[in-house]
Amino acid sequence: MKILVPLKRVADPDNANKIKVNGGKIDTTGLEWKLNPFDEYAVETALRLTENGANTKARLGEVVVVTLGPKETETTLRSALATGADRAIRIDAGDDAIDGDTVAHALAALIKKENFDLILLGKQAVDGDSNQVPQLLAEYLGWPQATFAATIKSEADKALVVGREVDGGTLNVRVQLPAVVSVDLRIVAPKSVTSVHTAPTHNYADGVRFAALMQIMAAKKKPLVEVKLADLGVTAAPKIEYVGFELPPARKAGVKVANVADLVGKLRNEAKAL
Amino acid sequence: MATKILVVAELLEGKIRKASLSAVTFARNAGLPFSVLVIGAGAAGAAGEITAFGAEKVLVADDATFNGWTAERFAPTVAAAVKNGGFDVLAFTASSFGKDIAPRVAAKLGAGYAPDISSVSNEGGTLIYRRPVYAGNAYAKAKLLTAVQVVSVRQSEFTAAEASGGASPVEAIAIEAADAAASKVEFLGLEAAKSERPDLGDARVIVAGGRALKEKFKDILEPLADKLGAAIGASRAACDAGYAAPELQVGQTGRIVAPRLYLAIGISGAIQHLAGMKGSKTIVAINKDTEAPIFQVADYGLVQDLFAAVPELVTELNKG
Repeated sequence: MKILVPLKRVADPDNANKIKVNGGKIDTTGLEWKLNPFDEYAVETALRLTENGANTKARLGEVVVVTLGPKETETTLRSALATGADRAIRIDAGDDAIDGDTVAHALAALIKKENFDLILLGKQAVDGDSNQVPQLLAEYLGWPQATFAATIKSEADKALVVGREVDGGTLNVRVQLPAVVSVDLRIVAPKSVTSVHTAPTHNYADGVRFAALMQIMAAKKKPLVEVKLADLGVTAAPKIEYVGFELPPARKAGVKVANVADLVGKLRNEAKAL
Repeated sequence: MATKILVVAELLEGKIRKASLSAVTFARNAGLPFSVLVIGAGAAGAAGEITAFGAEKVLVADDATFNGWTAERFAPTVAAAVKNGGFDVLAFTASSFGKDIAPRVAAKLGAGYAPDISSVSNEGGTLIYRRPVYAGNAYAKAKLLTAVQVVSVRQSEFTAAEASGGASPVEAIAIEAADAAASKVEFLGLEAAKSERPDLGDARVIVAGGRALKEKFKDILEPLADKLGAAIGASRAACDAGYAAPELQVGQTGRIVAPRLYLAIGISGAIQHLAGMKGSKTIVAINKDTEAPIFQVADYGLVQDLFAAVPELVTELNKG
């Protein structure tokens, strides 16, 4: 199976509360760039689908990673190459010039140039929290989509049975390839991804794999090509304009209560919440 | 210039989901005339539930092939309803249904999309959307630059609309042919989590537990939830560890909730959890770790071992 995994770097989500707003713009000064966590899960999913879990050295198919952004975003691509992806593409673009719709158009144009069986994405990037690129991309390609995947079972590399996390339960669909799949948190549980290449009894380590130093060195030699947005026939034409940002209103400081009786008293008489 | 809104109402087991009433509230807040599209197998039977909410029309798209849920099957008919009805704003509630289909329809219409908005203001005919970003650590104000606009609205911040009287005329609309992509996706079934408790999105009280509860998650929380008529929620850590079902997860990437009362039991208060619940009216935290970040957003904090405090709380509530 040939899989494309689009990646986005985001300001360190574990320190998102340190985000500032300056002059109506987001200021992430002092925060590190990290690979969007859901995209890490998408990479892990792609690796699991293209290997025999007992022998993770040999890739049965190809995993290609792509990002849109300036030169510095190649660090993000290299980190994915180090965990096992085969090659990388950077679509050169300024961070501020593009919106999710432009990203989807650029990816669609790229995908039309070479044949992929599957596009795997994180369900949302944890900066904009928009949750839109996978669905837009599926529509622009005219492909089926399976969003919020918590489980994937590959059927002879021709179709996937996907368990989608929806409000109040799990919705199961079978999608024929080629397809667009966006992944949710639990896709990296030990048994969430079942491929035709891996024994059904195989348990993956919980979470995503980390790159050993050797692999980080080797990743520097893996192919990474740059493509211009214009080469794809795409013009950045944002459909959304952000007119300003602000910090959320602070919650009024709370109080510590002495004991359970005190808590119930305050909830009844002060907050009138019971 | 926005002039006319179409609200999409989703069905669950032949009834309109209460979540859809948040999108009706959006339409009212935008101050523009609106119609409602009820779509799904059995929509004709459910349309009567939404005729007293002030809609100009209630449009119905009912077809046997709408049995089961795939965005590829529904999107062409929704897009056609927007075009044929001359609507320039299409509103979904940001449920998993809405989030799945909204971008797909936006792409069909060449429309801009404002996801997961928390409020709307109408500034001389231009709709300005406010939406949380960075897990709710900042809010963005945005406008869409396209003639047709698509939005999904937060159930936690657009309170479900109440009926306002009147009788909107009901009109069946044409069902569009499915996209080619629709034949590539097969609906296999919905494994619904059966629960007698209120849905997290609708609950007035939520009792939420963290990893600290371990295997006692249910034993400790259920008596309290029963007493309060509450929904049960969980932190991501509790879900990942298998102590709570995944659909109970509250947070940036789980359900976003804003009940009247939120009790966080043994939850430390990671950023991504706070993003899902800090809009709650009153927040109570019970945690033995004085330094837990949850206390920074809690109105009432009780520093105590939860295994003692929660049963005691149930006893105390029973006295009242």
